[in-house]
Amino acid sequence: MTTSAYTLTELMAVAAAREIRDGEVVFAGTGLPMLGVMLAQRTHAPRCIIIFEAGTVDSRLAHLPMSVGDPRVMRGAATAAGLMEVFTYALQAGRVHVGFLSGAQVDRFGNINSTSIGPNPRRPSVRFSGSGGACDIACLARRTIIIAKHEKRRFPERVDYVTSPGWLEGGDSRDRSGLPWGGPTAVVTTMGIIRFRPETKEAYLSSFHPGLKARAVAEDTGFVLDIREAEETIPPSDEELRILREDVDPEKIFLR
Amino acid sequence: MSGKMIDLRSAAALIPDGATISFGGFTTQRHPMAFVYELIRQKKNSLYLFGHSPGGDWDILIGAGAVAKVELAYEADEAFNTVGPRWRMAVESGRIEWEDYSNFTMVARFTAGAMGIPFMPVRSLLGSDVLEQEALGPSRRRIDPRTASKKLHVMASPFEPGDQVVLVPAIRTDFAVLHVQKATENGTLRIEGQTFADVQQALAARTVIVTAEEIVDEDSLRREPERNPIPHFAVTHVCHVPYGAHPYAVYNYYDYDPVQLREYHDGARDDDAFQRYLDKYVTGVRDHEDYVKAVGGPARFDMLKASPDFGYSPDLKRR
Repeated sequence: MTTSAYTLTELMAVAAAREIRDGEVVFAGTGLPMLGVMLAQRTHAPRCIIIFEAGTVDSRLAHLPMSVGDPRVMRGAATAAGLMEVFTYALQAGRVHVGFLSGAQVDRFGNINSTSIGPNPRRPSVRFSGSGGACDIACLARRTIIIAKHEKRRFPERVDYVTSPGWLEGGDSRDRSGLPWGGPTAVVTTMGIIRFRPETKEAYLSSFHPGLKARAVAEDTGFVLDIREAEETIPPSDEELRILREDVDPEKIFLR
Repeated sequence: MSGKMIDLRSAAALIPDGATISFGGFTTQRHPMAFVYELIRQKKNSLYLFGHSPGGDWDILIGAGAVAKVELAYEADEAFNTVGPRWRMAVESGRIEWEDYSNFTMVARFTAGAMGIPFMPVRSLLGSDVLEQEALGPSRRRIDPRTASKKLHVMASPFEPGDQVVLVPAIRTDFAVLHVQKATENGTLRIEGQTFADVQQALAARTVIVTAEEIVDEDSLRREPERNPIPHFAVTHVCHVPYGAHPYAVYNYYDYDPVQLREYHDGARDDDAFQRYLDKYVTGVRDHEDYVKAVGGPARFDMLKASPDFGYSPDLKRR
């Protein structure tokens, strides 16, 4: 099975791919999520369907897109339309099983900030791109998978701005907010994989990446992270690495 | 020129300072860039932009000082830059007014405007700060009739009281400006590939200006009317502008230009470098024809030319 040398990006792409089940409808954004879905389609989930929010359904990607509005997403697509069609008929109607999200901050209930840093969003110290479709995906996908860079300041107790709602304040708070379904099930970070307790919705460390210790992951997290059950992340197989490098991203668009 | 045909300079001259505008396209494709550059050459100011996921079209206009206020979901070039540099600087220095929505809710707002209804119910935003927080408070909304009186409104469905929805206000703009693959002199349009929200944006505007890669005859588009999503009566003016979206892509015509996008993003964080970029490609060139020469002319566009098999350039060096 394993294990040649691999990069952190490759490890994360493989971890993202493994979260996808065969036959699922996946809403994916630019970067690691695209690598993950394309890898999943070429390994254990050949029938998973990729939707890009700019308006395509079930692309057969031949080249890695650099945006969801890239002409490359047209390759082999079953349907091409616009944002309204995919946001309403696919996402809002509950037909999307998995959505991928990322952001500058992720908190212990999986809420994500991709809007701004600072206590007052009207006068932020740092401004980012804003939601794009992230808030919509966080609200309306059946479950979400978050990709994040693991640093203490990026994993605070509470994000400065909830661009994309996760489990909100934990427990049943998401249900009470009026959201019909959904919520994050995994955070694939540069240090490990975080999951959420079924009842409290509290984050816990499910695995730490090879070469790290669970304690080091907790130390680089801004909230108290339960590491008792953490095991080592299963490293990429040679076959997964070969497919990623040769078929998914031979141009090294994201695998740099 | 006949019918709705107009030249680019005259079309841009129709936009008064302070106008409300939306531009077609999405992050790295089909923005009406030649039109945007012409707005900068004509020194427009106080523009009020509405959009979902614009890219460098907004960023360069904001950097040039042409924009006072925006309502948006996202401003960046995705893999080329995760945040628009001039947008970021304008917010952080307090030089722009803005309001945050999401892509779905902005497009729902254009759809309501296009359909002639006052709002659209959606299931998004609940639990988020996009719902809880307002950048434009009630007092700032009251003094500007162009801004909706409220950001949004949460209500129970009148048919099922336990079912919550969010109402987002319709958008009607003075202008929508689109860049499309094919248009006729009569304003019949062909958009190839993803339509993004161009259809809703056009139908939510009082005046629609279209720049097109090709002007074709009416019969050729009427052979497949199901592929012409915007009725010609909604289109006011048509300009023939080949390469009008550069450095962004136009499906079936040309790819995005990684060299040009890198040059923009490498410099745009620095005031002097941004000014040099404007001088070199926008204010220092007379018109779109000169812009095409300034970015490298035919040699550059040969590199970007879409392959008929793919609709983009499969061999383009992107990194």
